[in-house]
Amino acid sequence: MEPLTWTGSLAGLNIIFLGLAALLAVAVLAQIVVSFVPSNGPQGVNADGTMTAPGGLTGALNKAVFYLFALLVLLVLIYIVAGAFMGANAGIFGGMSQQMLPVWIALIVTFALSIHFKRRLGLYGKLFDSTVGMIGFAIVMFWVFTGVFGGLFDMLVTHDSLSQVSGMKNKLPGTPLRAPEEGEYPWFLLGGDNLARDVFSRLIKGSWVVVQIAPLATLFAFMVGITLGLPAGYYGGRLDTLLSFLANLILAFPVILLFYLLVTPEIVRTGIPNYMAVVLFIFPLVFLAVLLNSRYYTQPSFRTPLLIVVLGIVGWLYLSLVSNNGSIVATDTYRIPGLPSAIDLFDIDAGVLVVFVSVVFVNSPTVFRIVRGLALDIKTRDYVAAAQTRGEGPWYIMLWEILPNARGPLIVDFCLRIGYTTILLGTLGFFGLGLESESPDWGSTINAGRRLLALYPHAAIAPALALLSLVLGLNLLADGLREESLRD
Amino acid sequence: MGLFILRRLGVMLLTALCLTFIVFWLTNLYPNLEKLAKTQGNFRMSDEAVTSYLENRGYLQPTVDKFGEWLGVLPGWVTQGETPDETFGRCFAAGTPVEDRPTRCGILQGDWGFSTVFKEPVGATVLTRLALTGKLMFWVLMLMVPSALIVGVLAGMREGSKLDRSLSTFSIATTATPEYVSGVIFIAVLASSRFGLSPLLAEWGWIDSKTLFLGSATSAMKDANFWNFFLPVLTISLYGMGYIARMTRASMTEVMTAQYIRTARLKGVKFSEIVLKHALRNALIAPFTVIMLQIPWLLNGVVIVETLFNYKGFGWLLVQAAANNDIELLLAVSVVSVIVVLVTQLISDIGYVFLNPRIRIS
Repeated sequence: MEPLTWTGSLAGLNIIFLGLAALLAVAVLAQIVVSFVPSNGPQGVNADGTMTAPGGLTGALNKAVFYLFALLVLLVLIYIVAGAFMGANAGIFGGMSQQMLPVWIALIVTFALSIHFKRRLGLYGKLFDSTVGMIGFAIVMFWVFTGVFGGLFDMLVTHDSLSQVSGMKNKLPGTPLRAPEEGEYPWFLLGGDNLARDVFSRLIKGSWVVVQIAPLATLFAFMVGITLGLPAGYYGGRLDTLLSFLANLILAFPVILLFYLLVTPEIVRTGIPNYMAVVLFIFPLVFLAVLLNSRYYTQPSFRTPLLIVVLGIVGWLYLSLVSNNGSIVATDTYRIPGLPSAIDLFDIDAGVLVVFVSVVFVNSPTVFRIVRGLALDIKTRDYVAAAQTRGEGPWYIMLWEILPNARGPLIVDFCLRIGYTTILLGTLGFFGLGLESESPDWGSTINAGRRLLALYPHAAIAPALALLSLVLGLNLLADGLREESLRD
Repeated sequence: MGLFILRRLGVMLLTALCLTFIVFWLTNLYPNLEKLAKTQGNFRMSDEAVTSYLENRGYLQPTVDKFGEWLGVLPGWVTQGETPDETFGRCFAAGTPVEDRPTRCGILQGDWGFSTVFKEPVGATVLTRLALTGKLMFWVLMLMVPSALIVGVLAGMREGSKLDRSLSTFSIATTATPEYVSGVIFIAVLASSRFGLSPLLAEWGWIDSKTLFLGSATSAMKDANFWNFFLPVLTISLYGMGYIARMTRASMTEVMTAQYIRTARLKGVKFSEIVLKHALRNALIAPFTVIMLQIPWLLNGVVIVETLFNYKGFGWLLVQAAANNDIELLLAVSVVSVIVVLVTQLISDIGYVFLNPRIRIS
């Protein structure tokens, strides 16, 4: 079988695509140059209050850029749609597009529903008013769907991400298999890595690792940061001094040194990650308990059953999270018994746990500082004084007056921080820490591919671009959210 | 002001002590010591052999004692041999005459210990590697700071203009590209003799060598030039640049909406003059702090880039020390990096006070 080219029978479109891209670049440059010269025409206002479009050179350029951009997007859509139907006939991109079909459908459904109901969806709906936010959201959701479909349901992938196929070592993208079996996908779409595994399938499997760990770790970091940051900012005094000192202590550590000290098999053997998990994972529990108690403590008949149910469920999850094979900490010399295996919901691999714990540990001091700063600012507001005069308790004020009013910056930072966590996970993989070396996560794959970078760059480039696009998407999403939340 | 600096110095010292103690404790956990003994001795050592190896070298004392010895406030350990000549200790090798044996040797005495990986004194090793990284950092700062400031000022002087949009997108893109991603892309595109730009350029006869840039910076340790040193410098600078540029932009847009800028415009001052004379000086106060606080972050970049480009500087040393649990080297490395972090924080605080006359510390 012939090796695939990048665009296959759609290759005729490439020249148009390149031409359009070049024209767009020229037009944007011209626009920048023109923007230095002040436009002399008066700006008109239409009857409905909108501004008239600027005329002359600026107006023409604006129009040109808009149409060129629209055409370019259209062309990309043609590549994707045609690829989805034609499959490998449309080259490597076509093959990938066809494999990704469930993701495209999920994306279209998400966008159609969200745009249709956007006026009822609050801040999330407003996101669809901003182009940047929509682009960011599309990229992020692309990877989320890829991760879920590929990792959880095993769809999308063309080959097993761990099996080695003979003769495919370091092969270029689009190389056909030597002797494909019946029903086996006949190409390595993005080539083979140095152990003759399919780069494309590993890329998809790797996205699941990121999509699983990064948001969850960020969420835990936020729980820790909020639960400690609010009282530090609100009460101030000794508590603040102590907590800030501890936060600065962790922040003064170079992240990589901390990772090298914490994420090693030797440290796992001492049980330190388990102790850290016990401490760090209790914060969501504390947060929920205080949140509900401070709200409903005046109605004990409602509060008590509510707390019992919620804390029971969360406590069970917590115990399942921290205990492994019936023990919380198990070292060579002693063990602390935990939840028995029979009612343990899930077990977490020790390697993943240590990665998770250290990422939470590194992120929480920064969140703490942000929350503390916001609390310091907001506690001087009149509505806080009003709540104090009403006789509300301090935790009620912190969690139900201050926290909701700090949500804008916190949501934006949450998006940015998921991106940062993704980068940290990649860093861990890049240094070969934590996850096992055959793990398909992007950092480990980059690390494996970088040794032969000058000769066979595809094995490292593919995960590098994937990571870049995901973090870029998160940053754009945060930017869009910031813009929209400022508009309130 | 003097009191403020003194207090900050006190907190710094406390922080440095706490941090080094944490590093000390983590590296002295038994599994780590066992690994150390096995890499130093041999991998098939029995448990008893490991214990006696560690016992003889003073590793099995209580952590606080060892920490005191490392600091130089407690007398170093001494292992009695069968004959007085075979007696050796922390501060002297076997065969040293009794009167020449110092009792204390630690940081306070200026002795940073002995590296178990490199088999040489830690102090000298760290200094040579630091000098190499200093060279790298110098060029990084030379590239990163001016370009970040220019990008930020250009973007911030006309908020919402096309130039602002383009440059802001560029800044976002660079902050989303960690060093290990941009480095990999740069090597593949610019420094590979089979892919990317280099084969094209070589074919057209535009470059003499096989590749546009060299993908390894090992030769730059001795003799750095544009060809072998630009890619690592660019890789580190790019990641930090976006952040500084965005901060500069934010500060610049704020200044551009200030009353005195409006007054200047209404007086009919030329736009270029407004930007250069009125706005720039005030707009650069905030980025100064950001740049100083960015330096510790560059340390991460340095570790990644030195590993990727095989440049044997301080970051490479950190990786070697940590991977082999070389306790004293690791401690020296962390002391240096902690000092870098704390000193830059101090400088940024003091500098902020000097630059911004509105802030006074009583």
